[in-house]
Amino acid sequence: MTKHQRMVILGAGTGGTLAANRLRRRFSTAELEIDVVDQDNQHVYQPGLLFVPFGLAEPDDIVRKRDRQLHKGINYHQCEISSVDIEADEVHLANGTTLTYDVLLVSTGTKLLPEETEGLDGPGWNKDVFTFYDLPGATALAERLEDFRSGHLVINFFDLPIKCPVAPLEFAFLADWYFHDKGVRDDITITYVTPLDAAFTKPTAAATLSKLLDEKGINVISEFNTGEVDTVAKKLISFDDREVEFDLAVVIPLHGGADYVHESPGLGDELGFIPCDNNTLQSTVKPNIFVLGDAADVPTSKAGSVTHFEGEVLIENIDAYLHGREMVERYDGHANCFIETGYSKALLIDFNYDTEPVPGHFPGPVGLPLLKESRINHLGKLMFQSFYWHALLPGRDMPGVGTHMPKAGKHLVASGDKS
Amino acid sequence: MPTTQLAGKSVEVNDEGFLVDPNEWTEEMATELADLHGVATPLTDRHWVVINFMRKEYFENGTGATVRKLGKASGVNTRELFQLFPKGPAKLSAMIAGIPKPKGCI
Repeated sequence: MTKHQRMVILGAGTGGTLAANRLRRRFSTAELEIDVVDQDNQHVYQPGLLFVPFGLAEPDDIVRKRDRQLHKGINYHQCEISSVDIEADEVHLANGTTLTYDVLLVSTGTKLLPEETEGLDGPGWNKDVFTFYDLPGATALAERLEDFRSGHLVINFFDLPIKCPVAPLEFAFLADWYFHDKGVRDDITITYVTPLDAAFTKPTAAATLSKLLDEKGINVISEFNTGEVDTVAKKLISFDDREVEFDLAVVIPLHGGADYVHESPGLGDELGFIPCDNNTLQSTVKPNIFVLGDAADVPTSKAGSVTHFEGEVLIENIDAYLHGREMVERYDGHANCFIETGYSKALLIDFNYDTEPVPGHFPGPVGLPLLKESRINHLGKLMFQSFYWHALLPGRDMPGVGTHMPKAGKHLVASGDKS
Repeated sequence: MPTTQLAGKSVEVNDEGFLVDPNEWTEEMATELADLHGVATPLTDRHWVVINFMRKEYFENGTGATVRKLGKASGVNTRELFQLFPKGPAKLSAMIAGIPKPKGCI
């Protein structure tokens, strides 16, 4: 690459940060100028939000400054994004600045849309109805849980896509443990309400997770599509008029793309996500636009691990694009999640577009147990936070963990999926 | 894969009953599939708005729409979708439209 090119990255979360840092290391500032935009300067370690309601993490522990995570030689703009003009290759910021680009990376993630569910913003919001999917919600819920001694706790996500589809289940498991610890579990009923026909979307993992819910005495109501939340009468009402009453509800609001996507003709779909090639992560909107992480409309989980694995592929493909070469790297849909089950244990699942989570070991025959509760998986989940700040965001490779889903340690015969 | 008889033709279906090849589907099969999966027949014009939208989405994007996308883009709102296709509008309308279970249900 001989000429000077301009790269604009929208969003400085997991994806935008790791992409900016990897690109900065690969190209000199003479070759590639990198501008990163985000609306605030608070980078939240989102997996930590699960622990805040139970007093297992303090809000301060999981937040750092966005600009401090970016390498030298990256220009950071703290400003709201107004729109992207995909014809003119321009980004318009709310402060009047226009950034022009040769290549654009959209990594603005997904936002919570509580206003899209009838009644959810009613008087009982943050009083008897909470979410732990943002920091204010998780913090407020911590206080409420401390005083909750008896009654019916309901956990409900309304519809996919949501970030980390296992987090609502983890919340149920941790709540069971938390109330046991406080000696009030017998006075509290816990019900997990889901629009799916089982505890999880993938059959083998769903069977394991259903068994765990059962062992912990957590009720499940499936195929319940919440259309309305009455925060005063304290009930969930489904689109087909079924009702679930509660004393305390923990809900996961609907998710959508960032607001500016809707103000940018041609950029996103109805939900504000960016259509792209599932394997190259190049948008189908225009060749010089790429997508990373939750902002992408790819058929896998919205999760940090997905963003991490996508990131490595994306950098190679942006490199190829800038040099006019064919893009050869392929993302396979690889996702990897620790699932906290309480009592200092966790499960690990690992899957991709074609292979559902199965038992075995990760990343090879000698490794962490898959789809099985263990203490070492819990330690893995706790250690991950340090890895996130010190290796994942700076863009360092993790020894032994590659981009593509490993098959070596897996019992793939147990899978009904094609692979 | 098991096969089943639909509208006088033998077609391949997967374990959940979704047609394996959407090109084998005919409009006559839609009514039989609806009967099989608890959707009231005869199918109305409103059912067909959704079924046709699902097939269009599938052939354009490689997957049928989710409930939310249907509610925003098909011209039938979410509450009516649940009246037309009780319990699971996306799954049921995909089934009746002869296309695979919509992705994004992850």
